[in-house]
Amino acid sequence: MEGVCGKPPIRPNPADASQPARGAAIRLRRYLPPVASLAAILAPLWLLEGFHLFQLTVAVIMALAVLGLNIVTGYSGQISLGHGAFFAIGAYVTAALMSHAGWSFWATLPPSAALCGIVGYGVGLPALRLGGLYLALVTFSLAVAVPQLLKHRSLEAWTGGVQGLFLSKPEPPPWLPLDPDQHMYLLAVLVAGCCFWLTSNLVCSRIGLALMAIRDHPVAAEASGMDIAALKTRAFAVSAMITGVAGALSAVTIEYVAPDSFGLPLSITLFVGMVVGGVASVLGPVFGGLFVLFVPSIAESISRATPGVVYGVILIVFLVGMPDGIAGLIRRAAQRIGWSAEDRTT
Amino acid sequence: MPLLEARNVVMRFGGVTAVAGVSFDVEAGQICGLIGPNGAGKTTLFNVVSGIYRPSGGEVRFAGQTITRMPRHRMATLGIGRTFQNLALFRSMTVRGNVIAGAHSGGRSGFLANALSLPSARAEGAAAAERTGELLSLLSLAPLADMRVADLPFGVQKRVEMARALACRPKLLLLDEPAGGLNHAEVDELAELLEQVRAGFDVTILLVEHHMGLVMRVSDKVVALNFGRKIADGPPDEVRASPEVLRAYLGDGQCAEAVHAA
Repeated sequence: MEGVCGKPPIRPNPADASQPARGAAIRLRRYLPPVASLAAILAPLWLLEGFHLFQLTVAVIMALAVLGLNIVTGYSGQISLGHGAFFAIGAYVTAALMSHAGWSFWATLPPSAALCGIVGYGVGLPALRLGGLYLALVTFSLAVAVPQLLKHRSLEAWTGGVQGLFLSKPEPPPWLPLDPDQHMYLLAVLVAGCCFWLTSNLVCSRIGLALMAIRDHPVAAEASGMDIAALKTRAFAVSAMITGVAGALSAVTIEYVAPDSFGLPLSITLFVGMVVGGVASVLGPVFGGLFVLFVPSIAESISRATPGVVYGVILIVFLVGMPDGIAGLIRRAAQRIGWSAEDRTT
Repeated sequence: MPLLEARNVVMRFGGVTAVAGVSFDVEAGQICGLIGPNGAGKTTLFNVVSGIYRPSGGEVRFAGQTITRMPRHRMATLGIGRTFQNLALFRSMTVRGNVIAGAHSGGRSGFLANALSLPSARAEGAAAAERTGELLSLLSLAPLADMRVADLPFGVQKRVEMARALACRPKLLLLDEPAGGLNHAEVDELAELLEQVRAGFDVTILLVEHHMGLVMRVSDKVVALNFGRKIADGPPDEVRASPEVLRAYLGDGQCAEAVHAA
């Protein structure tokens, strides 16, 4: 929808056509951001190698997981401290199908997303009655429960119990001159790119507006014809699906799933990524993903003894300096120099 | 057939009967004012009509259809729009976003269609955006379209709320104290706006209002309540002259001049 998503239409003014310089400026404005982003996304394929490319792949995956959380918490205003659970379910469905049933990675994505969607819908139902802090506690308990369930004896045949499951990265097709790490990065970027595109369509549509309307004023939203129960539960399901797909990607990237890597810290990490990147923003999760992956290791390189303290300080500096996240800072900077903001706000 | 019919509406809260069996009709195209002293039950009755409360007894019919037990979000789809006494805007959104959100009931597309940006979803979005554009220019909000509503003055926010209510193409518009908090000049503008809206949108209006001057000026019909009962119902002049109404507002002493002065 034109104008809703902070994309003021750039219309070439007929008077400008006679001035080639202005016309060029308009073209630059329109094409530079997408071309630059595409270059920034693809450049690491050749610039980075081995472990660094692997790290960046994980950052992309975290960004995708944060995007999922942002739909339910940022846009729809339902606090979830348990999105690590959906990440875990997505990872385990993919890992189990690949290592037990020999499925290909692509084939595991639909069942993985579907199961996360169903569980997300189920969590969304109590969320209708429980607001704010109470919902935070319910989702918190989900984050605590899932790793324990994954270790449970009755599921051990599928989950591998405490040991977890090993699997291997999908092989790059022979016609693609890429090594497995490069291939994995490309794959993660492709899947994440699709999810970001779908989400950005969704949040700019009547559905996204309705989610924000319900968050801002439920009574007025209902009077405007919005079915709160249907919208909130579906938002939860979609959000869980996206975070689940991120989990599936992480399983094949790390080539290993274990219950304890999906505990409470993961849920909190996703939450931090969402807030630092920018709440209710599509661009924000990209920065959130980079932050939660790289800042802890930066903190460790500053102080080997107390990385947690350094991380905490960096976090506080970010939150004080950018109260509406990194995406908010970029948005304001873009407005100042008069370019159309790349990020979408309503 | 009247567009809106309230039949014997009763609303009790515990032991308190706020509305004790009120019936009235609003004909299509009318502006109907609902008045009464503080505590008369106007707002309660209004909330029953708009579906916020489920009445303890009686029913409300809209275009012949009973709406008292209908899910609240269906009211907009039927063609009932409303504004709120103390602004209820979507504060984090822009003026345009608020009005487009008001057009929600005009769309059908769901999560999947919108995520994939299917042509059907895009067409709905474009229609809502176009409708919004028209409403914004009609209510002189166009220059403010991309401002956040929270940053705007109160009087402007009230206009945004009106635009949002009109975005669902209502047949009936319910206005809860539209003049509340407005200054003299703004009340005059509001009266003109109401006339303009009725003429331009083919809409019936029911308003609850304290501002007697406004009610008497714009209404075709006035319903007066006191202590949860209807005490008068008719053209403004008639209601203003009704002894029951005078007594309700001014006590037993007859001070008609004071009412006229108000």
